[in-house]
Amino acid sequence: MFTATLVLTALGFSLGGLLGYAAKLISVGEENSVSDEIEAMLPGSQCGQCGFPGCRPAAEAIASGEADVTCCPPGGRSLVESLADLLGIDINSIGATAAPMLARIDESLCTGCTRCYKVCPTDAIVGATKQIHAVINRACTGCSKCLDACPEDCISLSPEAVDLNSWHWPKPQLV
Amino acid sequence: MEYVMLLGSTVLVNNIVLAKFLGLCPLMGVSNKLSSAVGMGIATAFVLTLSAFSGWLIETWVLVPLNIEFLRILCFILIIAAIVQFTELVMRKLSPVLHRSLGIFLPLITTNCAVLGVALLNVREKHDLAQSLVYGLGCAIGFTLVMIIFAGIRERLAIADVPETFAGTPVGLVTAGLLSLVFMGFSGML
Repeated sequence: MFTATLVLTALGFSLGGLLGYAAKLISVGEENSVSDEIEAMLPGSQCGQCGFPGCRPAAEAIASGEADVTCCPPGGRSLVESLADLLGIDINSIGATAAPMLARIDESLCTGCTRCYKVCPTDAIVGATKQIHAVINRACTGCSKCLDACPEDCISLSPEAVDLNSWHWPKPQLV
Repeated sequence: MEYVMLLGSTVLVNNIVLAKFLGLCPLMGVSNKLSSAVGMGIATAFVLTLSAFSGWLIETWVLVPLNIEFLRILCFILIIAAIVQFTELVMRKLSPVLHRSLGIFLPLITTNCAVLGVALLNVREKHDLAQSLVYGLGCAIGFTLVMIIFAGIRERLAIADVPETFAGTPVGLVTAGLLSLVFMGFSGML
């Protein structure tokens, strides 16, 4: 009996010690790699539409499962699909996602004050002082920061129009 | 030649999953996606081979000389648990995404009866060190092979027109049975 106890204790101690040493040797910085990967996929405009203070906290929340993969409106459907692929979520279980919004400047009201393009996180607004500004659709993430900055209220958000890049087949009808 | 025969017979004829029916939990649980099935197969294969090897070492050098063979299961479980923990550490380092997608099934390799089964079968068959290693490797390859084949079939089953009553796990079990029949056909080979 004494031998048995001794052997089990010795085995437990040596295996535990080896594991502890191995854990120290090949440690990772608190699961950061997944959030890093997710953060690289997010738009990175820190717009805060997901309800988190920026893309880094949002990526951490998505990685830990607290936030939904659909939480990022600027990313659109393509981001949702690649996130689902990365995290191994069934793409069919995800419902409708918010369509990406685009800012549009009403040219008859714009005074060329440059305030909107200073706040734009993605440099999607072009223009100069006393020149009418315009939005570059491909760069706009619909973060709505310019709406608050515009003194003339001439910027509006509207869903992205369907074009060759964003059109996809409609879902097949269920039998 | 003897080792090749042993390897071939454990991979195909006495396949650990489809002929001995060990380790069915991950077969049903992680075979929904081919990529995670491959990851699971390789992780289990690693644990299987290593535990068959170290099981033999413990049996021959500790349990038999000290005459405490009754502790066999306990010691084997201890070793397997340690190897699984090590595998999890390595996987978290090398492939965090895979680590996430395997989730609970990774630590559950500990309770995978195939792993303990192979270690115990090695003792029962009175294998020597090389034979144990080959036997473990053969079972590992067999397990991974079945996981990959089964995941491939299930990916197609997911889009097939299955009657509602059978959809999901039931048709998966029926398929596993058919696959087992197929592997029975190998028994005439060796």
